Amino acid sequence: MSTGTALDPRTAPPFPIAAARSLEDSQLRKNVRHATDVIQGKRARVVSEMPDWEALRISGEAIRRHTMKHLDEYLRQFEENCARAGGVVHWARDGAEARALVIRLVEEAVENEGPHNSLREVLKIKSMTTEEIQLNQALESAGIRPYETDLAELIIQLGHDQPSHIVVPALHKNRQQIRELFRKEMDLPELGESPEELAEAARRFLRTRFLRVPIAISGANFLIAETGGVCIVESEGNGRMCLTLPRTLITLAGIDKVLPRFRDLEVLLQTLPRSATGERMNPYNSMWTGVQRADGPKQFHVVLLDNGRTDVLADIEARQTLHCIRCGACQNVCPVYRETGGHAYGSVYAGPIGAILTPQLQRLQHARSLPYASSLCGACYEVCPVKINIPEVLIHLRNKVVRRDTAGLRVLGNPEALAMKAASTIFRSERRFRAAQRLGRLAQRPLERKDAKGEPWVSSLPGFFGGWTATRDLRAMPKQTFREWWENRSRNNRDAKYSAEAPR
Amino acid sequence: MSDARTAILRRIVEANSSQGTAEAAAESWELLPRDYSVVSQRSRADVLELLQDRLRDYDAAVVRCEPALLTMTLNATLTAASVHRIGIPQGLQELILPAGFEFVIDEGMSPSELDGLDAVLTGCILAIAETGTLVLQSTIDHGRRALTLVPDVHVCLVRSADVVETVPQAFARLQPTATMPTTFVSGPSATADIEMTRVKGVHGPRFLHVILIHDDAAT
Amino acid sequence: MRIALFITCYNDTLFPETGIAVVRVLERLGHEVEFPAGQTCCGQMHYNTGYQDEALPLLPRFVQQFRSAEAVVVPSSSCVAMMREHYPAMARRLEQAGGHDGLSGDVESLLGRIYEFSELLTRRLGLSDVGAYFPHRVAYHPSCHGLRSLGLGDGPLSLLRSVRGIELADLRDAEECCGFGGTFAIKNAAVSSAMLSEKSRAVLDTGAEICTATDNSCLMQINGALHRERTGVRTMHLAEILACTQAYKNAEGPGGGFP
Repeated sequence: MSTGTALDPRTAPPFPIAAARSLEDSQLRKNVRHATDVIQGKRARVVSEMPDWEALRISGEAIRRHTMKHLDEYLRQFEENCARAGGVVHWARDGAEARALVIRLVEEAVENEGPHNSLREVLKIKSMTTEEIQLNQALESAGIRPYETDLAELIIQLGHDQPSHIVVPALHKNRQQIRELFRKEMDLPELGESPEELAEAARRFLRTRFLRVPIAISGANFLIAETGGVCIVESEGNGRMCLTLPRTLITLAGIDKVLPRFRDLEVLLQTLPRSATGERMNPYNSMWTGVQRADGPKQFHVVLLDNGRTDVLADIEARQTLHCIRCGACQNVCPVYRETGGHAYGSVYAGPIGAILTPQLQRLQHARSLPYASSLCGACYEVCPVKINIPEVLIHLRNKVVRRDTAGLRVLGNPEALAMKAASTIFRSERRFRAAQRLGRLAQRPLERKDAKGEPWVSSLPGFFGGWTATRDLRAMPKQTFREWWENRSRNNRDAKYSAEAPR
Repeated sequence: MSDARTAILRRIVEANSSQGTAEAAAESWELLPRDYSVVSQRSRADVLELLQDRLRDYDAAVVRCEPALLTMTLNATLTAASVHRIGIPQGLQELILPAGFEFVIDEGMSPSELDGLDAVLTGCILAIAETGTLVLQSTIDHGRRALTLVPDVHVCLVRSADVVETVPQAFARLQPTATMPTTFVSGPSATADIEMTRVKGVHGPRFLHVILIHDDAAT
Repeated sequence: MRIALFITCYNDTLFPETGIAVVRVLERLGHEVEFPAGQTCCGQMHYNTGYQDEALPLLPRFVQQFRSAEAVVVPSSSCVAMMREHYPAMARRLEQAGGHDGLSGDVESLLGRIYEFSELLTRRLGLSDVGAYFPHRVAYHPSCHGLRSLGLGDGPLSLLRSVRGIELADLRDAEECCGFGGTFAIKNAAVSSAMLSEKSRAVLDTGAEICTATDNSCLMQINGALHRERTGVRTMHLAEILACTQAYKNAEGPGGGFP
């Protein structure tokens, strides 16, 4: 679904509308369902091999919770250790600061390259954080050409599209769509459509760039405070290319990426690959510290990004959102995501984690519909390798939305809130509750239709409730409520309890 | 000290209602629960068997040999891989190299020079049996990272004494050299980005050959 | 045993036959059922939709009505999940606001005596055979709250397996949510329907005559599609199946033939 418009929570349509559109795209639904079925199957297999899986999850959760509690200390340690090893650490409060910093660093690198290599180009390793701050657009505006080197990100970039999944960003595309794209953008009119041919085309296209472009920008999976090191987890090898061949490396990382110690990787490098791609270990993990003599870049910069993360940290009930290690397992299992795909969430972070992270990074100004983009089934919580209780955070965020939407006089213009308040008043008194039940029975009479068996059903409800009857029938309220039956029975002799046919 | 740094750190302190200190962090870190499996569950023989199985799962070619037969085994492997021009890190002893091939010592080859190699031959610091992982660090025996990245064929020598069973065991062994550039290699590069079909060898070596050298007294 | 029944607001209004079935089963097993007057709603709809302030006043009422019960049975796993997951925090909030001293203690004590219907039978009473007879092909859908929040596990199925004459069908992708999700079904009606279409297809593929579950919320959703499409497949709450015996057969589905 190539939209060409940036996934921006500030301008994206509310989830119910975006989702309804996505649901119309049968190709998308088929692709998403197939992809998530495959990863789920693989994940289940490799997790079932691990008798200590639950212990790993508990440790993962504890490590992340502990990290957030001491985040300032660990960020300071990381900075100190990275700098001691020759890296330069920068801090950015928001996307604008980060973009400006990165552009400045790229331009300095271009200057250092000298006149014989003055092309303003950078290699990029897939990084959700760079997409979060829309870095590519900013680079292009500054006359710098970014080359995405992840196959999926390459597909997205060439197609002027947007990522729809944390780990498999182009899962909404099938091979025919990809072949058409490569034929056009790589000028390969004879290109076949097998995944092998497509991957080979991408390999050749990118290889010339890897061997030539001297500046790379990456994200980070983990920052290690104890050593000042960075860890990148990948499958294709483009990460290794970008981390070792260029002369300048700029790594952008959210402040939530930090881990206390090297040893903590032993937990997360077991749970992340199994959760993300259903592998015992992903093909390549790269760890390095600062600048190494005779191996890798001569200049290494880290940009630490806040961009709303400290706000999330300040919300005690929601800060567990920051524990996320971006495995995507929640997306693969989410029954909502599996119907709509990622674009419907209007953000680079989609699915269950997107539903809680995006509204918080956006401070609820936008993306207010996302906490409601869930049936609270809890499947995400079950698979999260660091045990984020996503349903709990969703309910908490819903409460924040409601408090904002019902503050002061705003409540008067909010029909849902008024209905909820009325319902609460009704529930607080049995007398009112029974009156409401009688009223409901009366009100439904004009809507009742008897079906072929003579049972009364409602197939069309007005207004707000029409959402139900658009696709579902609703059995009419029975003529007698349970408590009326109970009182009737109590009045009569108990021995006669089952002989009387209750009227319908 | 940048304004951004000060502001971010201050916001964190406010959010936590406390200033972090090294002592408090260290104390609390020691108490984190770690009930996951750390030590080896299998016998040495089973561990080596497991490593081979996992490597084969990744379509890596695996052979075992006694130390005395290393040169012969290398000869067979390199011949079978149809390679001639092979890059090696400085530390790899000339002693073990078979005749009939061109071995090029890496003394800072450019990316395109690396691209001109048919294969690369290195050792590794350890291998993890459970996950089929080879761990390379930038030492004299493995060379810098680009060396094992650019050529299409990677032949890796693994000493059986360097094989551990679990990931936590690996991290315990790696702790002293934790700041070195380190690469975990678990199979050839792959992507599943096209309809979830796993395709091997996007970037990085497409062909991995492992020679497992028995110098472990226990087996 | 004297067992107090919390019927739940939606069962009372829309699925009285489920409550009647619960009474039938428990009395057949020799227990006495009570129905504390004044009961209305646990507050789940409000709480989960974000209206926590509006849910708060419902807690003290509930505690007041059920405090002296030996055991409380609730034919709705989502309502029990609501109580276990949120009542303790709600009680603390009310205590902090003032005027509800001891509420946390009351809640803790009461929670230990509250059971979802199948839980009451399998865990509290240690039963799997309750003497039921229901000679039909049945598919069981595990509701999300029962499965994940309450960890009902094999309980409901063990009860169904012991029903004489029953033919239990395997439901594909059984653990996938049916799409109800409370107000989600309306606020995100399109997605809710898409999720439902997967579930109803899976139900139809089993060839079952009846789909059952521990929650009428799920069954209302599933039946909404099964009935709209005139499939002839019906839904019945687990209690209604367990209520059937050789002497009393209720194969008419929702609402039909109950006493």
